[in-house]
Amino acid sequence: MEPRRNLRTVIDPKVRKVGFFAPPDRSQSVLPDPISAAVSAVQVSSSSPSGNMLSPVMIPPPRHHSDTLIPSQPSTRPVLHPVVPSSYTAASEFSPTAASSYTNGSRFPVDVDDGSFSPGRLAKGNSVKVLASSVPTVSLVIKPSNMEAADIPGVELQNDQHGDANLPKEKLSKAERRVLQESQRAAKTAARVISAEASKGSAGTSGAAPAKASKSVSKRSDNVSVAASEKKSGDRPVEKERKKDIPQPRMQYDDTSRVEKAKRRAVVKQTEARNRVELFRHLPQYEHGSQLPDLEAKIFQLEPMHPAVYKVGLQYLSGDISGGNARCIAMLQAFQEIIKDYSTPPEKTLSRDLTAKISSYVSFFTECRPLSVSMGNAIRFLKNRIAKLPLTMPESEAKTTLQSDIDQFINEKIVVADKVIVSHSVTKIKDGDILLTYGTSSVVEMILQHAYELGKQYRVVVVDSRPKLEGQLLLRRLVAKGITCTYIHINAISYIMHEVTRVFLGASAVLSNGTVYSQVGTACVTMVAHAFQVPVLVCCEAYKFHERVHLDSICSNELGDPDAIANIPCGKELSFPDRGAKSENLQFLNLIYDVMPSDYISTIITDYGMVPPTSVPVIVREYRREHIWI
Amino acid sequence: MPDVHSLVNEFILKLKKRKVEGSQATARLAAVLLRSVISQQRIGYTNQAGALIDAVKAVGEQLVAANPVEIAVGNIVRRVLHIIRDEDLSLTTAAMAGLNLSAVSDDDDDDTSPDDHPVLSAAAVAAAARSTLRPPSLQSLLEDMPDSAAVPHTSSSGGDSEGKSKSADKNSRSRKLKHDVIEAVNELIQDIDTCHEQIAEQAVEHIHHNEVILTLGSSRTVLQFLCAAREKKRSFRVFVAEGAPRYQGHLLAKELVARGLQTTLITDSAIFAMISRVNMVIVGAHAVMANGGVIAPVGLNMVALAAQRHAVPFVVLAGSHKLCPLYPHNPEVLLNELRSPSELLDFGEFSDCMDFGSGSGSPLLHVVNPAFDYVPPKLVSLFITDTGGHNPSYMYRLIADYYSADDLVLQRKAAPST
Repeated sequence: MEPRRNLRTVIDPKVRKVGFFAPPDRSQSVLPDPISAAVSAVQVSSSSPSGNMLSPVMIPPPRHHSDTLIPSQPSTRPVLHPVVPSSYTAASEFSPTAASSYTNGSRFPVDVDDGSFSPGRLAKGNSVKVLASSVPTVSLVIKPSNMEAADIPGVELQNDQHGDANLPKEKLSKAERRVLQESQRAAKTAARVISAEASKGSAGTSGAAPAKASKSVSKRSDNVSVAASEKKSGDRPVEKERKKDIPQPRMQYDDTSRVEKAKRRAVVKQTEARNRVELFRHLPQYEHGSQLPDLEAKIFQLEPMHPAVYKVGLQYLSGDISGGNARCIAMLQAFQEIIKDYSTPPEKTLSRDLTAKISSYVSFFTECRPLSVSMGNAIRFLKNRIAKLPLTMPESEAKTTLQSDIDQFINEKIVVADKVIVSHSVTKIKDGDILLTYGTSSVVEMILQHAYELGKQYRVVVVDSRPKLEGQLLLRRLVAKGITCTYIHINAISYIMHEVTRVFLGASAVLSNGTVYSQVGTACVTMVAHAFQVPVLVCCEAYKFHERVHLDSICSNELGDPDAIANIPCGKELSFPDRGAKSENLQFLNLIYDVMPSDYISTIITDYGMVPPTSVPVIVREYRREHIWI
Repeated sequence: MPDVHSLVNEFILKLKKRKVEGSQATARLAAVLLRSVISQQRIGYTNQAGALIDAVKAVGEQLVAANPVEIAVGNIVRRVLHIIRDEDLSLTTAAMAGLNLSAVSDDDDDDTSPDDHPVLSAAAVAAAARSTLRPPSLQSLLEDMPDSAAVPHTSSSGGDSEGKSKSADKNSRSRKLKHDVIEAVNELIQDIDTCHEQIAEQAVEHIHHNEVILTLGSSRTVLQFLCAAREKKRSFRVFVAEGAPRYQGHLLAKELVARGLQTTLITDSAIFAMISRVNMVIVGAHAVMANGGVIAPVGLNMVALAAQRHAVPFVVLAGSHKLCPLYPHNPEVLLNELRSPSELLDFGEFSDCMDFGSGSGSPLLHVVNPAFDYVPPKLVSLFITDTGGHNPSYMYRLIADYYSADDLVLQRKAAPST
């Protein structure tokens, strides 16, 4: 760099003299430095108002003459070459009106544009403060005639010095910027409208709502495209959409009028549990055991219900399928069945009718068991897919597309994601480790088995808790594999935590404030691990991330069967046989989930890598769109 | 004598088989047993206190060895020893009030070594007691320094010369000593019996209206504490965690409901979820160590941590028989007890897995079922004993009132001899 500067100061006057010779390699010499192009464009624009025929190509920025001598130049050139053609077209098309037609936002035309501004603007744009005095002279020189642009080389030289630093600051022209922004906004609003409407639909408020939603989607997107072309469409709608982005509040079951409404629609007639915990009035709690025979009796009466949905719903209800991934996959496969058997009724469009159907199925699932976050995200995905189907697409093709989309979702978001998580997690297991896990998590089980297959020597502590005692299932599978295990109840966790080196946990959902929503008891486990300074690794697929936030486990939770608490398997004399008749004073609380604070978590292992809990909102934000659209 | 022996053996067997549940019951039984030991102990004219101490210690060692984890037994043995020393001391001082102080100086004797069961003279006891128990007054600090320093060297039976000279007086004194000790032990037993009520009396000071209280497992003390507050017309709500492998929480919940308290039974795993809505955690203890740490039913460390996280007061109720003068070392392991795995897994259920590894040497599956947790003093907000509420940092001083320093090592001395 040194010789370059010296050279310049020395040859400065000479350069001025050679100002208008057209060097044969102009095309190569212009591009390495967009500034030069900008400056050359200054000349163009300054002359173009008068319909100047002089193309920027012909302008020989004399500096390049000297620059070509410098050996470092050629190395940068090939990199920028591909831009050349577009720059040419841009430059050749250049006219005041053409400026607004740029939507691609590529750098070169931007630079050209910048040149069209007054020298003051140019100086500001380039932020060349040293040259502030020389710029006016440039403009002065330029304005009378381009033949006399003797000062330009000086500008250029200075620009060149600052050029690289200035590049990012070279901004769009006003018109440019506006157009660009508007197009982005249009895309954003379109996306938002769709997602917001879809989420509204997935809330499953009524059968008519989804159809309405899809209608409004199409209407809105039309509006949006119109709006995008208008200049005034501005900020207001965007703000509105942003507000819609906040996840809708869920149904609060202490709101009697809404509960009544929901009940009227419900397929499953459920009786409210009589003796409920005051703190959890806002959550649904039903008498267990009554729905199942009721539903079974109804099997032939439920006209609109697809058998696949019915089957899966019953499995949810009876607890045969549990766990975020399993429930989600079961639901998606049921939807595949539906789509396979689906035929659009006359005078209806596939996208609207199918969305409505799916919404009604979703509300059936919700009645069987409240949706998990994983299911909610999957439903959102599917509805988006349906909404995005072009209206002209034939039905059979649409159906196969949707089916393959679902397959792809299961494969990418669950199966492959699990594999990635396993491969990440295994690196955190070393010989001699004592790993602790709680309950059953399909991912953690895969990790443990994979590590065992890799020949790592470790021991597993399986922590379990009432009433589900899911840990026993995991324990049985691990022991059958030949992994050495220790089995404890959650109460004994402080006893065992001394020897544990890592805690691996699954999660039902990861919320965007970094808290992990998981099977009840995980918070206790992580709390004790934190107290004993044992790292906690939470394994969770990214499709279970959600933008909702929670601070405690009270506001949003699920209530399980209270009888499961009342009855103890071993001690007959301790359990309460006649719970209902007992007393108003005694209640049983069977929480399903709890929320573990993010400061207990060392890392979250997800398919995007291992991230701290503070990065969850980033992932939610950055990947959500991709998430929905895949 | 055979009568006492059979009684002792019976109790030892009970302790070994873990037939006695709960530290209060154990403490009471131990005290009753020691009372009968004392009453049956034949004592000669000489060294009555020493003989009593010997007898109690011999039985105490056996009892402690039978179930070293049942700390209440050791506590009671130490308390009884302390009572004997104390009574002896008061008798001696009463006697010495009549004599002149020179009697102490001709106590010099060399028949006992301090290693063996130290047979203590009244003077030695007096000095030791002064140095360990009584708050030192300025006078005692100034005057008795040389005396107390000399005590270890001159630990003596002390009875000999005295006995010869005043045998008649001695005889009445010995009977008086035994009588006094038995009286005092009776008082101790009564204390143990009434400790619940005394703790419960303080309930109204700590529980106010609309309080939400969480407890884990079952404890008589906690039950009575809550009921006492209930009887004083306080209305509050109780969350009871069931206390997993033994499910004692169900018992407590039944009792509470029977007395009309709003009770919610939760699983142990839901503790962290619920603690944010709880105003106070009230639990019982298995033993309280001198540093203020608590040996508690399993799971309470988790509760204490959760309570700390949410700044919920963690209150431990403990009768004075649970106060142990020892400082814990690695209490999670050393003062713990592993219970049967069958409480977690049915024997039949995993039998195929259990003996899977028998060929390779080590089994694949371990089941750990500890009985106790250690809650460090920093997690405890308050102790409520029958003498009032105390900070964890004060426990060592409270405990020093009940025990004499000579008995602390009771157990370690027994170890080499057995």
